[in-house]
Amino acid sequence: MRSWRFKPRHITETIAKFFMLLSFLVVAVSLLSILWTVLSKGLPALSWEMISQTPKGGYYLGKEGGILNAILGSLFLAGGGTLVALVVSLPISLFLETYVMKTRWARYVRLTMDILWGIPSIVYGAFAFTLMLAIGMRASLLGGIIVLALLEIPIMTRAMDEVIRLMPEELSQASLAVGASKLETALKVTVRQMLPGIVTATLLAFGRGIGDAASVLYTAGYTDRIPTSLSSPTASLPLAIFFQLGTPYPEVQQRAYASALILTLIVLIVSLGSRLVSARLGRFINR
Amino acid sequence: MNTNSHIEIRNLNTFYDRQQPALINVNLAIPRNQVTVIMGPSGCGKTTLLKTFNRFLELTDGTRITGEVLIDGINIYDPNQDVTEIRKKTGLLAQRPYMLPMSIYENVAYGLRIHGIKRGKELDQAVRHYLEIAGLWDEVKDRLHAPATRLSIGQQQRVCLARGLAVEPEILLGDEPTSALDPISAAHIESRLLELKKDYTIVVVTHTLRQAKRLADYVIFMYLGEVVEAGPARQVFEQPQQERTRGYLSGQF
Repeated sequence: MRSWRFKPRHITETIAKFFMLLSFLVVAVSLLSILWTVLSKGLPALSWEMISQTPKGGYYLGKEGGILNAILGSLFLAGGGTLVALVVSLPISLFLETYVMKTRWARYVRLTMDILWGIPSIVYGAFAFTLMLAIGMRASLLGGIIVLALLEIPIMTRAMDEVIRLMPEELSQASLAVGASKLETALKVTVRQMLPGIVTATLLAFGRGIGDAASVLYTAGYTDRIPTSLSSPTASLPLAIFFQLGTPYPEVQQRAYASALILTLIVLIVSLGSRLVSARLGRFINR
Repeated sequence: MNTNSHIEIRNLNTFYDRQQPALINVNLAIPRNQVTVIMGPSGCGKTTLLKTFNRFLELTDGTRITGEVLIDGINIYDPNQDVTEIRKKTGLLAQRPYMLPMSIYENVAYGLRIHGIKRGKELDQAVRHYLEIAGLWDEVKDRLHAPATRLSIGQQQRVCLARGLAVEPEILLGDEPTSALDPISAAHIESRLLELKKDYTIVVVTHTLRQAKRLADYVIFMYLGEVVEAGPARQVFEQPQQERTRGYLSGQF
């Protein structure tokens, strides 16, 4: 009698489990090695000077200065872009859930969003750049915010849509039953109930926006100064990393890793912070 | 129109998706200020019938309705009727209580705020009043601002009752409102319903015969989408006119 362990079904299961574990390890090891690279190369170069000063003359040759211009620029760009995207995405996803749920129109909207999601960000950048040239607009904070919003809208909308679709039907009905309209139900009940998911979707889009270099390359430009208005050109962290890494000087290259570390920390802080807020607001949620 | 009936149903047919009829030629008169129980085996159209009274059926894609439902003599399917006003007139207790993602207080105040009552004092009084009617005030008066979802399921169903009553409906609909509750909570809800019938017309769907007997003044027995028999509880339970009603009452299906 063979041991049960050697029956084909169980062998298949063991192999399948092995591959699942392997995939997980690939992801975990990649993540850890990325973090390790950024930390080990970036931490030594990280200094107060780096996050509190703009580049002085000769910064890219290894002299004094910092990347405050890129830190603030990225926060303005991604913050603004995410805000604009939120204003567009939340109504779309609420509309899909509330009024057109499973109709053909809803399918078309979802398909459109999925296609937009797949478009490379450099294409967004090039498209926005052509548009800006046509209307005579120069690389600016506003241009960057608009292109990041365009980039983020499909991500945010689809992520929110997936979350808001999980809204229990009976919960909307509890609101409709006392004579609330569909809009009142969407704004007062659905948004509250789905708040954690809405926050997650917003973060996902913010993370994508702040980390994107290609779309802001032509639209926001790059400058060593801190942006003072919507029409000033604006630096960003991903481009700061790119430029510093492209220099032949090891100390500047190290600063590129420090910049990457700062970018990672910003995403981490924003995501932890909003999770705290949403947990606090989510006390009332129906689980 | 019979002056004693509150809801009249005339030639009502409903269809899910294409052709499959869910209700077939229903004609009924539901008496005012009594408890009407809709009973029948699973899938006979009890809940579908109930959902036609507050226009909830149309929330499901692809449903179609022909015929009329008149509340106080007005056809609620008339295109000129405001659906939110109709739903305000008909409170609903669902199978399972669903708490809005808010505090206990805000759950009860929700409908009032929707319908334009915003003054704090008025709201406070109304919330207290309806929680008292629902028999919950003493249990929650010290934690009105705690999340409603922390209450037990029996307490939640009473919050639903208070929430529904707060918008001052005339009719109270119950879709197996005790089926998810423990026996004590269920008894609590039943006693509330019996007490409330002096002020409201109550229609309850149930699949338990014993509950039907405890609650009903008027009984509607349905089978496969048709109303087989409807009449005063005593008459239907003691002298059913139809063979199928006798079969159901004696537990054959």
